[in-house]
Amino acid sequence: MKKQTIDSKPAGPKPWYDPRVRSLFFQILAIAAVFWAGWTLVENTLSNMESRGISTGFGFLDETAGFGIIMSLVPYDSTMSYGRTFWVGLTNTLLVSAMGIIAATLLGFIIGVARLSSNWLVAKVSLFYIEVIRNIPLLLQIFFWYFAVLGALPSPRQSIEVGGTMFLNNRGLYVPEPLTQDGFGLVWGALLFAIAAVVGIRTWAKKRQLATGQIFPTFKVSVAILVVLPVLAYFIAGSPLEWDVPALKGFNFGGGITIIPELAALWLALSLYTASFIAEIVRSGILSVSKGQTEASKALGLPNGLTLRLVVIPQAMRVIIPPLTSQYLNLAKNSSLATAIGYPDLVAVFMGTTLNQTGQAVEVVAITMAVYLTISLSISLLMNIYNRAVAIKER
Amino acid sequence: MTESTMKPPKKALTPVKWMREHLFSTWYNSLLTVVVGYLVVTSVGPLLNWALFDANFQGADASDCSGAGACWLFISQRLNFFIYGFYPDELQWRVDIMFLLLAVAFVPQFIERFPGRKWFGIFGMTGLPVIGYFLIPGGNFGLETVESTKWGGLMLTLILAYIGILASLPIGVLLALGRRSEMPIIRGLSVVFIEVWRAVPLITVLFMASVMLPLFLPEGMNFEKLMRALIGITLWQSAYMAEVIRGGLQAIPRGQYEAADALGLGYWKKMGLVVLPQALKLVIPGIVNTFISLFKDTTLVLIIGLFDVLGTVQSTVTDPAWQNVAVEGYVFVAFCFWIFCFGISRYSQNLERKLDTGHKT
Amino acid sequence: MGNPMTEQTQTSEVKSSAQGETGKNPGIIRVEGMHKWYGDFHVLKDLNLTVKQGERIVICGPSGSGKSTFIRCINRLEEHQQGKIIVDNVELTDDIRHIDTVRREVGMVFQHFNLFPHLTVLENCCLSPIWVRKVPRKEAEASAMEYLERVKIPDQAHKFPGQLSGGQQQRVAIARALCMKPKIMLFDEPTSALDPEMIKEVLDVMIELAGSGMTMLCVTHEMGFAKTVADRVIFMDGGEIVEEAPPHDFFSNPQEARTQQFLKQILAH
Repeated sequence: MKKQTIDSKPAGPKPWYDPRVRSLFFQILAIAAVFWAGWTLVENTLSNMESRGISTGFGFLDETAGFGIIMSLVPYDSTMSYGRTFWVGLTNTLLVSAMGIIAATLLGFIIGVARLSSNWLVAKVSLFYIEVIRNIPLLLQIFFWYFAVLGALPSPRQSIEVGGTMFLNNRGLYVPEPLTQDGFGLVWGALLFAIAAVVGIRTWAKKRQLATGQIFPTFKVSVAILVVLPVLAYFIAGSPLEWDVPALKGFNFGGGITIIPELAALWLALSLYTASFIAEIVRSGILSVSKGQTEASKALGLPNGLTLRLVVIPQAMRVIIPPLTSQYLNLAKNSSLATAIGYPDLVAVFMGTTLNQTGQAVEVVAITMAVYLTISLSISLLMNIYNRAVAIKER
Repeated sequence: MTESTMKPPKKALTPVKWMREHLFSTWYNSLLTVVVGYLVVTSVGPLLNWALFDANFQGADASDCSGAGACWLFISQRLNFFIYGFYPDELQWRVDIMFLLLAVAFVPQFIERFPGRKWFGIFGMTGLPVIGYFLIPGGNFGLETVESTKWGGLMLTLILAYIGILASLPIGVLLALGRRSEMPIIRGLSVVFIEVWRAVPLITVLFMASVMLPLFLPEGMNFEKLMRALIGITLWQSAYMAEVIRGGLQAIPRGQYEAADALGLGYWKKMGLVVLPQALKLVIPGIVNTFISLFKDTTLVLIIGLFDVLGTVQSTVTDPAWQNVAVEGYVFVAFCFWIFCFGISRYSQNLERKLDTGHKT
Repeated sequence: MGNPMTEQTQTSEVKSSAQGETGKNPGIIRVEGMHKWYGDFHVLKDLNLTVKQGERIVICGPSGSGKSTFIRCINRLEEHQQGKIIVDNVELTDDIRHIDTVRREVGMVFQHFNLFPHLTVLENCCLSPIWVRKVPRKEAEASAMEYLERVKIPDQAHKFPGQLSGGQQQRVAIARALCMKPKIMLFDEPTSALDPEMIKEVLDVMIELAGSGMTMLCVTHEMGFAKTVADRVIFMDGGEIVEEAPPHDFFSNPQEARTQQFLKQILAH
């Protein structure tokens, strides 16, 4: 045997010992298995649907929905189509996600920094917040806000009043709606001018630094201009803003903007819960900047504030942003818990009511999952681009 | 060598000095301390009054609650329902045995020097589910059958989380290996599977499992609701598990793969004997963390009509026999989850710290 | 080992310049009876040292002898608990303004470079001149390029630190410190983290710097460097200054037993 192999020319191995052939075989096997499983599922599904009298296809999207939705950003009434309910649900999901992301980011950064505070009390209170909130299921927190807190509010007639313009009761929070009058254009104009001025000041400050080395407090001055100019314009134009104050009409309030309790509870719970995770991300991001970096910065004579701004934060942000986006994604996905308290998000409206009425589970589930997949994949794509852009260059 | 007998100049650590350093070091710190301190003091007092001093612990029904403080009586009266759901009273010893075995298997894991704690853990992963499989539903060995529709409460929560994590572990390992495979088609299939499940919320998965699964199966074959939820949870969880394990596989240095190759081990032997044992050990903290989030996420099953611990409480607080006990109920559930999650997360943090040092030195 | 070719000329030149300045200045760094503890652990014991302007001092000693801690105290990266440290007539106390003043005048080079990975080499060098010294950017960049020229890597100015070799990174770190035009340079084991073939390029830069009359304090194990440029060699052990002598005496005729033993170990191979 041995001799034979030495004498013979280096022939290829027998096909079933050739790794390439093997790998090809396994892959074909895998594809075949997937196709077979898919085929069986499709066949089962089709025959099941037929026997249950469920129609197929996306024609149902044009049929009349016939049910009301308590809140919609796009015009909707029950005579509109199922396709319209999809848009209502999607916009509601996007609304609560966007509101949640903004609030959770603000709160999360504050708590994350507070956790590292030299103030003992502040640090401990933040620690307490993080450890309590993130170890309690989100759904429970949503229930707590919705049933225990907002549900316990008084009825519209006994509303809690804030300055006679804002009303809080178990039907929601009613706030005045600003209605712009003639002359409000001046305020917009002032805002535009302020933005232009800020851009101008930034370029000027840079030029002056180049020439004289003096550093201009660009940030503080920019904020001041952005606030002062529009406010000034507002008063010069004679306060061209009227408020549509909500008022009690019969059993409920009319006018103004209504934040329904479902939205408020979901928003509160999502923001508070996600903030506890963001706080931990922020904390570990800041701690990830090595001690050597701050030491080097101090050795160069940079005071603490500048060390933080020029050395620590730019490096911490690179560590913070990737997990931060995945928290945003989680928040968007978690907004689907809306269905438990009846906030009309995509899952509640489309996967809930629409699916129940039409029975077209496959199509509805496929559309809903496609939406979440699209959101998720587009954010990861942006994330990858960002990561590539800021990646610290190595050899 | 001269051993120093000099002591550092003592910075006398009086309370006043400590407070000046840690609470009032600058004007804005002082302001923060005053504001935060005020909020803490004004909220802790009423909270304690509500939860302890004005609370009602004894009595038989709602009329014994004064309404001034918490009505804990509600919890103690309905505790059986919150723990066992509709599981028949006289058969609850079977569930108790499982609780006991669960404690026997996992409490030693928290005790550093417990002899043979590894074996308790292995029992928890293998023997425990087998015993549970026969004991809880019954139907064999002369045990009376208990329908899964009667299971509920804390017991159901634990079953969902435990089976979810246990079943998703092997699938997760396969998916992780698939994602790192050199075969493009296997890799592609794994990536698609993992990314799709990770992108969608658990609720849609549960809806899908309860609505679509019956459509997928051949006629005449069907699962009960609990089983469908478990399938959904397992598939969803295995995608997350795969990503955790992939992290471990990536952390194993190339040299380990090469050494196994050089020893002439085939793919499965290389993975099974060399790579996976190391990788899995590295990702125990990660697995524990996914367990924590799954444990919290099991509450979602109440949306498809299962009575987990939150579900039982939610259905009771709307009971007309008890009024305004929602807060007490939620606090109870929150406390149950908090104890579990906080305890387990501390455990995983300890483990992480130990693994960390283990790798550096 | 240092640079035997330049040894003769360098040392003589160095000595004369050092002596020239002695009379004018009582000492740019004065450390008097300084103690430091970590908790209850007494790391630095009663250190006394006066460094004259333009003097070059090499501090050596076994690891854990407190030598790094000592020079980190000189720009207050570490706090001392007893005694006095006066740098350029400013005493280091809790006062932040004093600390900032001292740090502006004292450059430091670390064992692990500590370059800012998110900034280019040039930005690393200009950061502090722009924000602390308020130098116009153009001027700062021009001067940074000069220093990069001096450490022989002007062509790397627009790369990121992660793209350079260890030796190059350390030379950038030296240039970065020099950009602040410091009066004193501290070196904390600048060559310990480097591959052998890169040590020389860094030492050459340091020798060149020594020749320019810079006051230098170097913690290093490079005995060749000590012989070449040092005016004094200080041997520390157990947190104390055990011996202090000009390099010639230090190496050929050490007085203390601990010094002899240390030298035997370090010169054995």
